[in-house]
Amino acid sequence: MCLAIPGKIIEISPDNPDSALVDVVSVRRRVDLGLLQDDRPKPGDWVLIHVGFAMSKISEQDANDQMQTLRMLGETEAALQEVKGYGLEEENGSEAASS
Amino acid sequence: MKFVDEFRAPELITRTSEEIRRLVDPARHYRFMEVCGGHTHAIYRFGLKDLLPDNVELIHGPGCPVCVLPMGRIDDGLALSQQDNVIFAAFGDMMRVPGTHGSPLEYKARGMDVRIVYSPSDALKLARANPDKHVMFFAIGFETTAPSTALTLMRARAEGIRNFSVFCNHVTIIPAIRAILDSPDMRLDAFIGPGHVSTVIGCRPYEWIAKEERKPIVISGFEPLDMLQSIVMLLRQLQTREAKVENQYKRVVPWEGNRAALKAMAEVFQLRPYFEWRGLGFISQSALRIRDAYAEWDSERRFDVPGVRVTDPKAAQCGEVLKGVLKPHQCKLFGRECTPEHPIGALMVSSEGSCAAYYNYEHRKTAAATMLSQTA
Repeated sequence: MCLAIPGKIIEISPDNPDSALVDVVSVRRRVDLGLLQDDRPKPGDWVLIHVGFAMSKISEQDANDQMQTLRMLGETEAALQEVKGYGLEEENGSEAASS
Repeated sequence: MKFVDEFRAPELITRTSEEIRRLVDPARHYRFMEVCGGHTHAIYRFGLKDLLPDNVELIHGPGCPVCVLPMGRIDDGLALSQQDNVIFAAFGDMMRVPGTHGSPLEYKARGMDVRIVYSPSDALKLARANPDKHVMFFAIGFETTAPSTALTLMRARAEGIRNFSVFCNHVTIIPAIRAILDSPDMRLDAFIGPGHVSTVIGCRPYEWIAKEERKPIVISGFEPLDMLQSIVMLLRQLQTREAKVENQYKRVVPWEGNRAALKAMAEVFQLRPYFEWRGLGFISQSALRIRDAYAEWDSERRFDVPGVRVTDPKAAQCGEVLKGVLKPHQCKLFGRECTPEHPIGALMVSSEGSCAAYYNYEHRKTAAATMLSQTA
């Protein structure tokens, strides 16, 4: 839950400026940009993501360092599992969110 | 100990570690508290203790949200969710936390509708997808996660989604630090400040620690080099008898915090007069409740909360460990009745809990060394 996951903004949703497609180590999911209203990220920017919300803009170098930290902490898997879980892709199925 | 050359900038780590050795006064014992559970995990994982002189002691703080939640709150949340047509949604970290009659996962095995979500907005999504059910999001976390819950509630209200509510257990870090400083059995020299909480609250809320308590505090990143550099900064302050707030994690933490996040929190939450923390007892103005304007989305007002109060199992010494008075392995249950596979206290559940971190890294290492020495 307290993981800070670095992701790159790929695209801002055309019908919702608070929703962006991000790439986290090739996994692509939608995250919420609503907490960065004062300093909106653009496609190509890097952000740190907590529980599905982008919390801060960071540099590409810092994003790489953060990924390395997660690797060293043995948390890469947990981070990817979290990102894959965003949006309840298999929702409606009662088992979608359980594991 | 991990090999230093696995880390980024190994030569810098070695130099920083040497610098620490130069700065410490050998006649003095230093007690630094890392407030954040993420730091606790990193310290054990990286074997940071091995890079520090023996007289620099790291005390694990209260910054693991799962760990500080009293069992009664879990019981209350689970009791509400046992009503017909209620879906209990929570982060994965919560799922194995024991309540009096089992963890959420065990309730699920008994047929309760329990879902793991990775984001509060996904709990809201569940509500949209299940209009004939009520989705209760069991919210936990410090200021890192509270703004996301706040924004989710704002969206629920804006969209008029009425089959959704939040059982709010959000807590705030500053009063917990104050409670620790007020505790008579606690003597600390300085603080390693939390990294990600500070991206939201910024650095100003810590100023009283420096001004009133005369204790240095350095907001720190999570890499080994970050934490070693933070310790250097603390030692330098102590050497010159200064006490100020410094920001080692500038690349992520702005001095002023995240204004949009603070605004969302202020819109949705207000401080509770008091809240119970596991191990620390009742702390005034230390937790968030949902404002009247959002009462309809507040599980505690929508439903009758049993208001369960449970004392921790007598033999378990979670409270003492949480306050840093005991080391994890000094608890009578540690590694025997209480293990990550069968946790009795929450400190053993979360990877950020000091007991689980100690068990996974230190205890296993010691056990292996004992075994080796016996076979040698």
